[in-house]
Amino acid sequence: MTQVATLPDPLEEVAPPRGHSGGAAWALWLLRRLGLAVLTLWLVSVLVFVATAALGDPVRAILGKDFDANVARREQLQGLLNSDHSLVWRYFHWLGGLLSGDPGTSLANQQPVWGQVSANVVNTLVLVLLAALVMIPVAFGIAMISSHYRRKRPDTVIQTILLALAGIPEFVIGILLVSVFSTSVFHWFPAVSLPAPGERPWDQPKAMVLPVLTLVLAVAPYVSRIVRATLLEVLDSDYVELARLKGIPENVVMRKHALLNAIVPGIQVIALQLAWLAGGVVLVETLFNYPGVGFQLVDAVRNHDVPMVQLLSMIIAGVYVLVNLVADLLSILLTPRARTAISS
Amino acid sequence: MTDVTATTQELKVVSKGGLVVEDLEVSLTGRGVDVVDDIDLVLAPGEVVGLVGESGSGKTTVGTSLLGYSRAGAFISAGKVLIEDRTSGAVRDVLKLPWKEVRQLRGEEIAYVPQDPASALNPSIRIGKQIVELLELRGIGTAASRLQGARDGLAEVGLPTDDEFLRRYAHQLSGGQVQRVALAMAFLPKPKVLVLDEPTTGLDVTTQKMVLDTMAELCRSHGVSALYVTHDLAVVANIADRVAVMYAGQIAELGPRDAIFANPSHPYTRALLDSIPHLSQARALKGIPGRTPSPGSRPEGCRFNTRCSFVVDACRTTVPELRTIAPDHQVRCLRAGEIGAWDINIGTVPDSDPGKLRDVILSVDGLNVFYGRKQVVHDVTFDLGKGEVVALVGESGSGKTTISRSVGGLHKEWTGTLMFEGRELARSARKRSAEDRRRIQYIFQNPYLSLNPRLTIEQIIRRPMELFGLAKGKNATDRVLELMEQVALGSQMLRYQASRLSGGERQRVAIARALAAEPDVMICDEITSALDVSVQGSIVELLEGLRQSRGISMLFVTHNLALVRSIATRVEILQAGKVVEAGPVVTVMETPHEDYTKKLLSNSPRID
Amino acid sequence: MTATANPPAAAKPKSDSFFRKALRQKRFTFGFTVTLILIAFVLLAPHFAPYGERETAGLPFSKDGVFGTDYLGQDVLSRLMYGGQSILLISVLATALGMVVGILIGVIAAYSGGWWDEVIMRGNDVLLAFPQILLALVVLTAIREPKSWVIIVLVGASHAPRVARVARGVALGIVSRDFVVAAEALGEKRSRVILAEVLPNMTGPLLAEAGLRLTYSIGLVAALGFLGFATDTGAANWGLMMKENQLALSTQPWGVVAPVLMIAIFTIATNLMADGLAQASQKGD
Repeated sequence: MTQVATLPDPLEEVAPPRGHSGGAAWALWLLRRLGLAVLTLWLVSVLVFVATAALGDPVRAILGKDFDANVARREQLQGLLNSDHSLVWRYFHWLGGLLSGDPGTSLANQQPVWGQVSANVVNTLVLVLLAALVMIPVAFGIAMISSHYRRKRPDTVIQTILLALAGIPEFVIGILLVSVFSTSVFHWFPAVSLPAPGERPWDQPKAMVLPVLTLVLAVAPYVSRIVRATLLEVLDSDYVELARLKGIPENVVMRKHALLNAIVPGIQVIALQLAWLAGGVVLVETLFNYPGVGFQLVDAVRNHDVPMVQLLSMIIAGVYVLVNLVADLLSILLTPRARTAISS
Repeated sequence: MTDVTATTQELKVVSKGGLVVEDLEVSLTGRGVDVVDDIDLVLAPGEVVGLVGESGSGKTTVGTSLLGYSRAGAFISAGKVLIEDRTSGAVRDVLKLPWKEVRQLRGEEIAYVPQDPASALNPSIRIGKQIVELLELRGIGTAASRLQGARDGLAEVGLPTDDEFLRRYAHQLSGGQVQRVALAMAFLPKPKVLVLDEPTTGLDVTTQKMVLDTMAELCRSHGVSALYVTHDLAVVANIADRVAVMYAGQIAELGPRDAIFANPSHPYTRALLDSIPHLSQARALKGIPGRTPSPGSRPEGCRFNTRCSFVVDACRTTVPELRTIAPDHQVRCLRAGEIGAWDINIGTVPDSDPGKLRDVILSVDGLNVFYGRKQVVHDVTFDLGKGEVVALVGESGSGKTTISRSVGGLHKEWTGTLMFEGRELARSARKRSAEDRRRIQYIFQNPYLSLNPRLTIEQIIRRPMELFGLAKGKNATDRVLELMEQVALGSQMLRYQASRLSGGERQRVAIARALAAEPDVMICDEITSALDVSVQGSIVELLEGLRQSRGISMLFVTHNLALVRSIATRVEILQAGKVVEAGPVVTVMETPHEDYTKKLLSNSPRID
Repeated sequence: MTATANPPAAAKPKSDSFFRKALRQKRFTFGFTVTLILIAFVLLAPHFAPYGERETAGLPFSKDGVFGTDYLGQDVLSRLMYGGQSILLISVLATALGMVVGILIGVIAAYSGGWWDEVIMRGNDVLLAFPQILLALVVLTAIREPKSWVIIVLVGASHAPRVARVARGVALGIVSRDFVVAAEALGEKRSRVILAEVLPNMTGPLLAEAGLRLTYSIGLVAALGFLGFATDTGAANWGLMMKENQLALSTQPWGVVAPVLMIAIFTIATNLMADGLAQASQKGD
């Protein structure tokens, strides 16, 4: 083994990251990110409040023609809403209540809002979780099959089907599923879920199938397309080409080199879709009478039940912000370049 | 094992561990059009063959074909790649082997070092793991022996071998380090043949020299034969034993290095050599008219005939074969031997006179430039005279582009004084007067990014005229046509969208756009670095003509010292944002004072 | 001094206009054709409807007529023919609003860069925290019977931040290119730089985004109808029809399925069209 003559100092430019200060840098970044999320949520609360309280008179909306006639009811409602105070006062009153666990009283039934909501939150979470658990392997699987047959017949067919599905609104998918599998063609699954009081919707598993399936069909196509696009981009990249030129077998190339780099964009798009689901449940739950926050929200909007709508909106928006935060965190943890960039 | 017929001479080469390419042809799928054609090469063990060509020559395609690989959209349609089988000693044709054996061959017997260091390594896997990956997969050796082999390999290329270094990711290494890791990776399985695809493009001159020296040493000590694919004749002059020059998919000339450089016999080779600047003397650089034809649009007969200055009628109809004109020296030209001898000194011109009187038009005093809080340029002072070219030279990170952008008003975070004809200029172009903006024009490095692809040539060139009130309407269009003629662009291109032009043509449009404003100063920011050598020659020829006829001063930013010799009067050598040495070109390059200047000069590959 | 050189050989052949490039994508042609057919149907069909929009044609949920009758006895086919106009109009206008506002926000943020970019995008993030339908629902809480323009503004406003994000992404890739810097060095007015240099280079991706937004608009407006939020509850409205006839889904499904299929076909067509546009814009120069 010969030494190559006269080489300058090999440890040229790039100094390695130091562990000690790395920890502090991480904490700082996390703090900044959390602060940003909190700021966003606060602004969201302002927007929600202004949208519900300042753009129209909910009391008038509820009472309609009775607004002038039914004085007692009108005053009761206005009392619940603190209509005599200024907008700013009402906002901070509400915000204070939100943070301390008393987000107001429902206009429809005069009960505290929180108690009515908590059970439904769990129901919705279960629904979304089930949908995600089914969706992720299905979407990834289809993406990998499709990219394996890239640009050939099977790939084009799959992609066109996915594309067609991706545009259809989720409730349309739901109704079509219901009419095929429940009412008209087959009669396998019930069209609505009707849990008895005290029962949980998943106590009747058959009633869960169609709602979950609807959500999966609404979300999986987009995720699958993005994952496939990323996989193809990675498969075309220089380092994968080099791996092939180095003589590495194809399945190792796929697994180690390609998939690894496709995971991060995959996670980002999954997070986006999960966040989207937070809104997608609204229509699906309404369609299937599923007792979740979406169903409750639509009900509350129809009844012009402002405090209820305010709380539910904050919950949904909060979930969205949280999911995005987690997705950001995960994608940084999984990208070595970003990881080391933070530590230094 | 397939039966392979080969000539006895080829067998001799192959049996010693070399590689022979015979009649190689690569075609585009579905179009029946060839990318490269009739390629014959012999790589003897321990020898470096330089495969030289400009873009569109097909050199990269030949390189990867040796591994039985072709890019998507192309396939190897004919030919043989002969190599000796490691175990049995029989001769094998790589192109006829079953897929599994080709994969076996890759990495172990024929290795590949790619062009772009940054994209060669997987960004998510640590480099230690990537180096041993191949051996791991083939089950060669034990974990311990592989690791040791990796460390030995890194030591051979002059990189640290400790655990910390092995645990790094690709983005934590510099460009030069990555490329050396790629070299170590390629040599680890002890291959017989190495294919390198312009591995030093984008690296600094110093780093480049280091990588090249490493590679040459490794080849010699391990008896490996190498095919070095590049566009840079100067590099080839320093490391290759034999040289093959490619044009439009065919080998134009082939021979020992000394023969090629002393007696180039193909008109294309000569034209290439004419367009290359030298370190030791100023030259009047020239380009080659026209552009390289792409597969499918190549002319009948000799592929070079449309651009050749020695063309005769026969060239347009007959495809020339490779003829031997001297021992081991072959040329693909009907007129080889008829066109007279070639002298390297043709085209030499006297250096600019350092004693000439200077009339300063632009002066920079105490320039400090910042990016945010970071200071990247420190206290730079120089001036520019009328009709003079001042070169700003340095490696990447030296601050040369930053300085030029600040002078041009494109970057505004700087302090210091900038005087133009005795008036002080504002920091950003927007704040300067329209007159001052008009008279100082900027030309960018990348011609593919500096023109709006949606606009037509006419719209691009006339905009400055309209903006500065120099001409309008029909008058403006007439002027545009005049300018296009001056930069040698055909008038039929007037209404072409910028996206249809080649790199060289776009750069001419950029120059015409600058001229449209009728400037006194043109700031040229590495305007030829993204172009082929012969295209660079024609651009330089154009600029020199403009300087002489219109008296335009130029601030010319480049990293190529040889180019400076041919184009500039004065030079400022920059390092890490400071001026290390300055003065007339002749003085600085013949008698450098500073160590850094001497290092730069000695590391630059020389042709002469 | 003229450089002595022959004018170079012909440059690359003239590239097709964007529309022609798009036509070569099978998806676009198919989607575009179907979309045009549907638009023609929506606009012209009312002239051919067998019954009036609110005319009783028989008993509720009977099987008379091609698609039977709905919950009030009105002919489903006729209502189908009338029911697309408001959806189409509102969707198109909402899309246009969302695109214009979103592009303005996104391009200005990208062009200004630095601190302005941060502020604008943080504000954008707040709006993005709302799933599109949620924004509409929240505002509709306090309004009794929403007018058309309210729905247009709501849907458009929910599109704007998403369009802004996409537009900013595309614009960022362009504003750093040298030809934009060159325009600034010449001293071009900022508005001119945006209009003449940046925007023309964004047409492909923006058209694709517009197609996508149209798809979502149709879905959203139909969804709002499905939830019962429509301007005129008596008028024919595909989304509203789905809600009205839901009860008879097992016996007289067409009351629901017919409008559902219309919406499905419409959104499939616009989505394919949008994807075709996206493909065409990627095969650029």
